[in-house]
Amino acid sequence: MSLLTSLRPGGRHGIAATETRDPIGYAVAALSRLAQSDVLDRLGLRKQTETAVYTATRGGFRTITRAGRTFARAGAQGSPGSRPVTATRPGVFDLTPSEDEQMLVDVVTELAAEVLRPAAAEADETCVAPEVVLKAGLEVGLPILGLPEELGGITEERSAVAGALVAEALAHGDLGLAVASLAPGSVATALGLWGSEAQQQTYLPAFTSDDVPAAAIALTEPTVLFDVLAPATTAVRTDDGFVLNGLKSAVPRGADAELFVVGASLDGAPVLFLVEAGAAGLQVEADPAMGVRAAGLARLHLDGVAVPEDAVLGTTDGTTYAECVRLSRLAWCALGVGVGQAVLDYVTPYVKEREAFGEPVAHRQSVAFMVANIAIELQAMRLLTWKAASRAAAGKDIARDVALARQLCADKGMQIGLDGVQLLGGHGFVKEHPVERWYRDLRSIGVMEGTVLI
Amino acid sequence: MAINLDDPKKFRPLVGQAHQVAMNMLRPISRKYDKAEHAYPKELDMLAAMIDGLSESGASEGAGAAGVKRDEKVDDAGGVKNGTNLASVMSIAEMCWGDVGLLLSMPRQGLGNSAIASVADAEQQARFEGVWAGMAITEPGTGSDSANISTTAVLDGDHYVINGEKIFVTSGDRADAIVVWATLDKSLGRAAIKSFVVPKGTPGMSVERLEHKLGIKASDTATIRFEDCRVPAENLLGSPEIDTKQGFAGAMATFDNTRPLVASMAVGCARASLDLTRELLSQAGVEVDYDRPALTQSAAAAKLLQMEADWEAAYLLMLQAAWMADNRQPNSLEASMAKAKAGRVGSDITLSCVQLAGSLGYSESELLEKWARDSKILDIFEGTQQIQQLIVARRVLGLTSAELK
Repeated sequence: MSLLTSLRPGGRHGIAATETRDPIGYAVAALSRLAQSDVLDRLGLRKQTETAVYTATRGGFRTITRAGRTFARAGAQGSPGSRPVTATRPGVFDLTPSEDEQMLVDVVTELAAEVLRPAAAEADETCVAPEVVLKAGLEVGLPILGLPEELGGITEERSAVAGALVAEALAHGDLGLAVASLAPGSVATALGLWGSEAQQQTYLPAFTSDDVPAAAIALTEPTVLFDVLAPATTAVRTDDGFVLNGLKSAVPRGADAELFVVGASLDGAPVLFLVEAGAAGLQVEADPAMGVRAAGLARLHLDGVAVPEDAVLGTTDGTTYAECVRLSRLAWCALGVGVGQAVLDYVTPYVKEREAFGEPVAHRQSVAFMVANIAIELQAMRLLTWKAASRAAAGKDIARDVALARQLCADKGMQIGLDGVQLLGGHGFVKEHPVERWYRDLRSIGVMEGTVLI
Repeated sequence: MAINLDDPKKFRPLVGQAHQVAMNMLRPISRKYDKAEHAYPKELDMLAAMIDGLSESGASEGAGAAGVKRDEKVDDAGGVKNGTNLASVMSIAEMCWGDVGLLLSMPRQGLGNSAIASVADAEQQARFEGVWAGMAITEPGTGSDSANISTTAVLDGDHYVINGEKIFVTSGDRADAIVVWATLDKSLGRAAIKSFVVPKGTPGMSVERLEHKLGIKASDTATIRFEDCRVPAENLLGSPEIDTKQGFAGAMATFDNTRPLVASMAVGCARASLDLTRELLSQAGVEVDYDRPALTQSAAAAKLLQMEADWEAAYLLMLQAAWMADNRQPNSLEASMAKAKAGRVGSDITLSCVQLAGSLGYSESELLEKWARDSKILDIFEGTQQIQQLIVARRVLGLTSAELK
């Protein structure tokens, strides 16, 4: 780096490249350099506490991925796997969950309220989902929710509606912890939907066992105007498989994950690859974000990662990949509905109790109408999400439904997060109340690709 | 039972029919009656006869303005019902895709018919069958606070004597009868407000003038004066008792049923704009790709995507409110949610479509500018945007009208 470039302020620290410094600016910059300098530390002026360990709350430090278990190869190569049966619908408009779905929702709602919500604030701080939360999720069967019975799962038919209801209920507890809890099951669901017989028999036994591996779907990349359908990560054919190169972001529980589903371009089409942790060339880097922090988001570096021929999940023409993208966006919509509902449930009693000018602030239309609009848009978000989910369960095309649900959930979800903080005023801005966390979390709905699916 | 939000399969033929009628009968005369305000759309008589025929044959599934009622019969199957409320919102949305003003002018499909269907007893239902009824609530000094009306009805023998002035009466000049709101005793407040069916030609009821409006010009909007207008006592809809505990609920029940209908009008009108704009943009080379991020597409495509998402939101809220009515679930909250969302989305979409289409959209050479004028009333009548928000807020927050004014 030339001296001149190093003196320019732009291109770093969120400063546009066109910014210039005036004399005062240079003086301030010099002071800032000194303040950050190691010199202070060498002189013993500052306590040196940095240790070279992977910290989920701090980016910039890379480590190899977890040397996970060896997934024993099994099943016939090339044979199609078992598939969940598509759900039949009698063609009646209906907003009533089935009894099974309702039971599931009741259990998960309790889990969210009793386990996730109390753990949310600390997990947000530490960027780690506590073991007790993850265990509780495993106990209610989250990883096998989307799997058909013959693969060790619990559903008779395609369970996208149940998936949406569960995601909403979990996110009502906490979004980050919901994502951490749902990530392994998402990989299992993907294997159920698109895996070959060999892939299903190699990987699924672990997900239906007592020792469920952490796993994640890695589609997002850290570029502006990212188009998930055109990943910059590449896959190149070799004699006995493929070599992957690229960088993935927003990978949940990246440090613990034992299996990744990675999106990469192969011959111009986006394709899903199964990549086992511990593969040579695979490195994980903490990538803490504005929100969804409890999910332990990470970047995944793929530097010449060799995978075998049967690492391709589904088709190579981009259709499986597109389906995965849609189902994942659908999951984020359902999660957004859950967080939105949490906001509504929190602000409703608050504005009725909080008094200003001698009466509850809820008695003012400017406050009450904000709550009304939260309720209206939230219900609309839920209906669009349910529509897409019910169509997915019935095996119908969901491209339009998912696009509309994502658009609405991203826009209105963020508005709900914004209003949630505003309704509490200054109290909404401090961590004593959870609305500031929901504000940060709700920004993710339109940003995230992959990570979870239903 | 299973969650499914696709359009009910059984209404496909009905909606298809309504679409054909809208396309082939309403659209060709849409601009004509936008220009010829106050001229009676004579073409509608034939259409109304056809709709009556359809409803007698059962092919219409009971849809229409009078289709908004609670079926008190216990459903034998015990299952989930897709009934006349859903059929009504879906077919009316389709007709309003054709033309909102003409739909509102449709003989025997007035909001007064919805009121009769919602409030009248069995004898009255039978007596007023086939009557085209307009609805008179608003007064010069009273709009949204409809409990404050000052038109009076005084019992005199076996007649009520009505005095007062009503404005904004849709089809006030053309309808066979007017359902008018009047108070039996203003000191008793909203509980004393009752609705009366006043047949056209009743001495003492006169149409004073017709309004010149921003939109829905095909529909006549009348000012009606009542001067010692005597109507038979049995024309009071529902119970004549002043039940202060029940309060306003009787008369207001109409709104729970008509608000999804007005939502459906906004949904239909907005879809007309959206459909045409999508085609015009497509001709200009703009196509929405549902899988790619909106921000990587053109601004026009991104706007289209946002409008379509909002439209779908209004549509599903509308279906939800109607579905709840069909299944005898209280839907006051959901009816207001549907109308609030559909009303504002209707305005945003129709106005944005004009902007997207530029001077082509602004010009009378296309119908986009007309739809942008027609849509505005749908965020006003049957309860303004603000009234809907008030209702939703009170319900969600559990506050009374005294607490949240």
